Amino acid sequence: MNWTREVSRAVRSTLVLWGVTAIIYPLVMLGVGQVIFPFQANGSILTGAQGQPIGSALIGQPFTSERYFNSRPSTTNYSTANPLADEAGILRTGISGASNLAPSNSALLDRIQGKPDPNPEIAIRGELPRLQAAGIQPTADLIYTSGSSLDPHITPAAARAQIDRVAQARELLPSQLEELIRQNTDHRFGGIWGEPGVNVLKLNLALDMLKPSNS
Amino acid sequence: MPSMNESPRPYRVPSGMRDSRLHTPKVNRQGLYQRATKAAFIKLDPRIQVRNPVMFVVWVGTVVTLLLTIDPNLFGTLAANINQQRFLNGLITLILLFTIVFANFAEAVAEGRGKAQADALRATRTDTTARKILPTGTVQETNSTELRRGDLVKIMAGDLIPADGEVVAGIGSVDESAITGESAPVLKQPGTDIASSVTGGTRLLSDELTVRITADPGQGFIDRMIALVEGAERTKTPNEIALTVLLAVLTLVFLIVIANIPPITSYIAGFLRTTVSEQAATDLRNGSSIAIMISLLVALIPTTIGGLLSAIGIAGMDRVAQFNVIATSGRAVEACGDINTLVLDKTGTITLGNRLAAEFIPVNGHSLEEMAQMSLNASVFDETPEGRSIVALAERSGVAVSFAPQRAEGIEFSARTRMSGTNVENQEIRKGAVDAIRGFVRSRGGHVPDTLDAAYERVSRLGGTPLAVCQNNDIYGVIYLKDTVKPGIKERFDQLRRMGVRTVMLTGDNRITAAVIAQEAGVDDFIAEATPEDKIEVIRAEQAQGKLVAMTGDGTNDAPALAQANVGLAMNSGTQAAKEAANMVDLDSDPTKLIDLVTIGKQLLITRGALTTFSVANDIAKYFAIIPTIFAAAGIGALNIMGLKSANSAIISALIYNALIILVLIPLALQGVQFRPLTADQLLRRNVLIYGLGGVIAPFVAIKLIDVILPFS
Amino acid sequence: MLQGWIQILLTLLLVVAITPFLGQYIAHIFLGKRTFLDPLMTPLERWLLSCSGVRSPENMTGWQYASALIFSNAVMIIFIFLIFMLQRSLPFNPTQLGAPSWDLALHTAISFVTNTNQQHYSGEVTFSYFSQFAALGFVMFTSAATGIAVAIAFIRGLTGRPLGNFYVDLTQSIMRILLPMSVVGAIIFIAAGIPETLAPPIIVPTLEDPSLSQAIARGPVAHFEIIKELGENGGGFFGINAAHPFENPNGLTNLIQLLLILCIPTSLIYTYGIFANNLKQAWLVYVIPFVVLTGFIAITAIGEYNGNPAVNDLLGVDQAPNLEGKEVRFGWAQSALYAVFTTASMCGAVNSMHDSLMPAGGFATLSNMFLQIVFGGQGTGTAYLFAYLILAVFITGLMVGRTPEFLGRKIEKREVVLASCLILLVHPIAILIPVALTLAIPGIAGMSNPGFHGLSQVVYEYASAAANNGSGFEGLGDATLWWNLSTSFSLLAGRYVPIVALLLLADSMSRKQPVPVTIGTLRTDTGLFIGVTAGVILILGALEFFPVLALGPIAEAFQIMRGIG
Repeated sequence: MNWTREVSRAVRSTLVLWGVTAIIYPLVMLGVGQVIFPFQANGSILTGAQGQPIGSALIGQPFTSERYFNSRPSTTNYSTANPLADEAGILRTGISGASNLAPSNSALLDRIQGKPDPNPEIAIRGELPRLQAAGIQPTADLIYTSGSSLDPHITPAAARAQIDRVAQARELLPSQLEELIRQNTDHRFGGIWGEPGVNVLKLNLALDMLKPSNS
Repeated sequence: MPSMNESPRPYRVPSGMRDSRLHTPKVNRQGLYQRATKAAFIKLDPRIQVRNPVMFVVWVGTVVTLLLTIDPNLFGTLAANINQQRFLNGLITLILLFTIVFANFAEAVAEGRGKAQADALRATRTDTTARKILPTGTVQETNSTELRRGDLVKIMAGDLIPADGEVVAGIGSVDESAITGESAPVLKQPGTDIASSVTGGTRLLSDELTVRITADPGQGFIDRMIALVEGAERTKTPNEIALTVLLAVLTLVFLIVIANIPPITSYIAGFLRTTVSEQAATDLRNGSSIAIMISLLVALIPTTIGGLLSAIGIAGMDRVAQFNVIATSGRAVEACGDINTLVLDKTGTITLGNRLAAEFIPVNGHSLEEMAQMSLNASVFDETPEGRSIVALAERSGVAVSFAPQRAEGIEFSARTRMSGTNVENQEIRKGAVDAIRGFVRSRGGHVPDTLDAAYERVSRLGGTPLAVCQNNDIYGVIYLKDTVKPGIKERFDQLRRMGVRTVMLTGDNRITAAVIAQEAGVDDFIAEATPEDKIEVIRAEQAQGKLVAMTGDGTNDAPALAQANVGLAMNSGTQAAKEAANMVDLDSDPTKLIDLVTIGKQLLITRGALTTFSVANDIAKYFAIIPTIFAAAGIGALNIMGLKSANSAIISALIYNALIILVLIPLALQGVQFRPLTADQLLRRNVLIYGLGGVIAPFVAIKLIDVILPFS
Repeated sequence: MLQGWIQILLTLLLVVAITPFLGQYIAHIFLGKRTFLDPLMTPLERWLLSCSGVRSPENMTGWQYASALIFSNAVMIIFIFLIFMLQRSLPFNPTQLGAPSWDLALHTAISFVTNTNQQHYSGEVTFSYFSQFAALGFVMFTSAATGIAVAIAFIRGLTGRPLGNFYVDLTQSIMRILLPMSVVGAIIFIAAGIPETLAPPIIVPTLEDPSLSQAIARGPVAHFEIIKELGENGGGFFGINAAHPFENPNGLTNLIQLLLILCIPTSLIYTYGIFANNLKQAWLVYVIPFVVLTGFIAITAIGEYNGNPAVNDLLGVDQAPNLEGKEVRFGWAQSALYAVFTTASMCGAVNSMHDSLMPAGGFATLSNMFLQIVFGGQGTGTAYLFAYLILAVFITGLMVGRTPEFLGRKIEKREVVLASCLILLVHPIAILIPVALTLAIPGIAGMSNPGFHGLSQVVYEYASAAANNGSGFEGLGDATLWWNLSTSFSLLAGRYVPIVALLLLADSMSRKQPVPVTIGTLRTDTGLFIGVTAGVILILGALEFFPVLALGPIAEAFQIMRGIG
């Protein structure tokens, strides 16, 4: 075996294939994306009235108040931080993450049902007590954290469970909310693949557009 | 020149049917099992055990458990009653020991059977005094062990023949019953292909022979046979080596698997201590103690096949030897199972050895009497059975030799001319294959009558062999030699066909005759008018297609073909050259045995495969017996689907099963799995059901049963 | 529930439906038959090969093929390692990321070149756009093409042909299979919402609380995502992989990804059928992994559908799907399907967190990686499957009374050594030994879950490395020197030992004189024989891992049934 020849062929073919797959191919795809699908290619960014970016149609945001439909619990709080106190540098890159708790891990149960402790640093409030306090009938998606921590959806059942609460807070008719939910539900692909989900950010944006009905 | 006297025939006709011919070795079977039992313990020597990787692991495990019996806390303190622990470890040691002993016993029994046979053979090989002829011509008395290849010895009536050799002078009858079991003496004389070789240890009954020794001491026929049946020269066959590799890899895999259990259980025990109880943690640690890990390892590694593998191989050789066939290697026996094509001589294999003259058919205007007369004249020097049958038929029709033998000279048959005959003064009398005679006559300016072809065809259509007879350029007629297909041969060929073995018949007969016999015998193909060179051509052609070919032969000109064939079976009555070229020699000189050898080879492979499958399939049940019970503290006791009483009981039951199954399977290993002539698919289905599925189910039942019987709690 | 099963069933049907088309296409490429890309690719490939110094490609022997492969892969490891270490000074680094630690860079380089894509980092916070597309994206093509090349060389050898030339096979795999499919797929992905941009992350105030800002990471994801799935690579652009809405935004992208994950490993079996001129055997062989796959999907899906009994009690229901670590748009069915597909084919991309799967799912995903033949890795899975067939022939073939033969070639010592070592020995060595060491050395394991599941985490990590899968029970604290180096060992052993053995096996098979098939020959294209092979796979391939499965997911299942303490 000729070592020099082997090494030279290995190096040369690496460089040749690198040029094709790592330079030409990505550049072509970037061009196609930016020219033909600029909205999707840049992250499906939603813009506000002044054209300022207000979020992505595909990325969820934290919602916990009664004025909004609440989103799922997130281990990264939807990649958010206070820009004035971002020690972890979350806002520099954006992050994603999951709890990775095993079903047999008691920490999972603690997180869901809460674990009181005299030390407020250690005490866990729990998803279930929070939902119960908010008067929301708990569903699985509202107590389990998502995979990406950025899940834009909640299940239609979870959305319906919040209708009364939001309607009360915003003084809206439940039927209006039902209509909004219907409009902001992403369906299965081809009616078959995937699960229907209500896009919480889009739903809540639509909610802000609504005028109170009975005022 | 050979004398014309009546003499014992150099051919030996196989006597009786196969079963009665099955060689009964003059073997002392008494004490076989006692000797084997003793040998089973002697074989515990680690130097012997290390040759078998699977059993060596068991051996090492036994030593470790023995140490753990002496001091249960050798590898760290166990939180258990020390005496209970010692009892358990002692029990495990004992069962492991018996596992090895049973495997050794299997091998020892197999070897013992061979050894007994070898002893019987060895008894014939007493050192004798030989009369060595020195180059000066004087005779010197020498011990037979000092004879070397190429020495000449003189043998007198009543002497034992000192070593294998070739007769160079003299003629005499030899009793070969010591090696063949046949009592009829055999005529030995120089020059002939078939009757010139003698075997050391046989006895000259009459007359005097001068023999050139062809084997150095210890390399003779009987020596080779002894070495083979004793297993002294046993080298592993390719299949056996491959299987050993697989078994070694499996053993290594399980070694790694088991070695990893203690760190894992130690981690889990730490978890159990904090979440469940101290007791659970202790139980789990005890469940993965060294002694139990060794037991689990032994249960999982393929001890069944590992312990029986060599016994199967030895027993396979032994079965061949019982058929009175000497194989030069186990590889040859194994190759028999792989044979795709059998190349068989018609005469002696497919048809009874002797074709007999049945009729004289005169042509060319000659009378029947003239024809008989000429046939007799052509055959007086022909010592073959055919020749003698022609003489007899002619004499029955009332003619006598018409010349004084002293004035005549016999012309021997040669495969090239395909004629034999007599020269009387200037007259050339010939008989032989019809086209050979036709050519002979034409070369002498003679005329070939049309009636010859008619006679030729008539005989051929009857499946007979036509021999033409002529004197100089005058054709006298055709002799009808009648051929008889052996009874039962067609069924055997059918069996072979079902096993995927093709049969090719070789014959010197013309096409028509050959076709008739081929049809009658049911062979797949035939080569007519074959010369010995055709044999090697057929073999090469088949091998070029990737087929394995077996053939039989006895003549010197068969030697290249015997060497070329994957399995060459030489007749003991054949020449030394043939025997040396072959990788098997049939002491009974019965070419039909080739068919039996195919069966033996297949049986050997099937036995090995069946026990491997069985052994590996057993692992499922052993896992389900042991793992749930020893890990019960981890809360997986519900997997104990067999409902075994406890971890200890499960371990001991599985180990007892593991040891006993070797003992139970010894007869199967020694006798071989029953062979049926089925297609590969049918065989696979049958054997997978019996040994695969059986191997899954049997241990479930047996281990549960042992668990019920055992007085463990 | 029914709806979920329909999704699963239809997806499986699509997988089967794609097989003959792609399988035939791949066979035609490597048999040198005409394909529709010839006019474009034939001259292009010739030019690329001549630039690579392969002007007149020679047929390689097993050793030559293996050594060319190892040399080229070694060069790639060094090359991308250097890119990682120098990424601060390289372009397209909008978030100004520095070099990772040397051991993480080394692990990542090895992990991606071995087609594993085990990630001990989170993409968006570790690697610049340049490192992602010019280093990781690059070896995603070459490592997948390497796998295809090995499979093709193996199939050639098995069917008595010369093995071919590594560089030709590598280039053709990229130019005719991976790149064309990627171009088409990437465009669909962009249209479906996957970003393809060099723009930096975008910061927006959140709707509910404007004082809180959200950072939306993005990048050139779509072109990367497609080859990640198609090449069984599985390394996510983002830390959370295909659960990230930008990697897998909806049911369409999820379906495409599922099909991409399995299409090449399944099709290669059909490709074999064409090479061997025995499609019946190919389909019968196909049945083994397909049945196992279906079984694993069933138990995983049932487990996820029924959910965690302890949580169900809190919810006051009998059944609620286990959505921990799952996205709403995928639900239990698509998540279970994805988990089983990705571990079956050694892709390793995840759309839900395997660490949070119910024990049944843990059992199925682990078993997939132990077996490595449930279609298995890009190319290597098919080769493994046939190596198992060879072992089954050897064990049971003796039972028909002949020296075992496969496709008319005798299986002898050399073949048994190669087949058994690569199949039976590599995994225990590359998985079980490091597991034991990790548990035995105090303080290095870093499990995030206690007890049985903690064991599963450690086993999963090494199984994923050795099987070149790349998925993980990601709670494990694996970004340490020990984990980076020990899994690198498993990655290399799990990749190159089998590849060299497979190539030598193919070489030795191709040199054998074929034996004609007679009625006495064991037929390997019957249902009976395929059943026997399945049994051999179960006993030889799976039982060795029974103890770790018993103390891992099985014990965890019983623990959950009893109630979590």
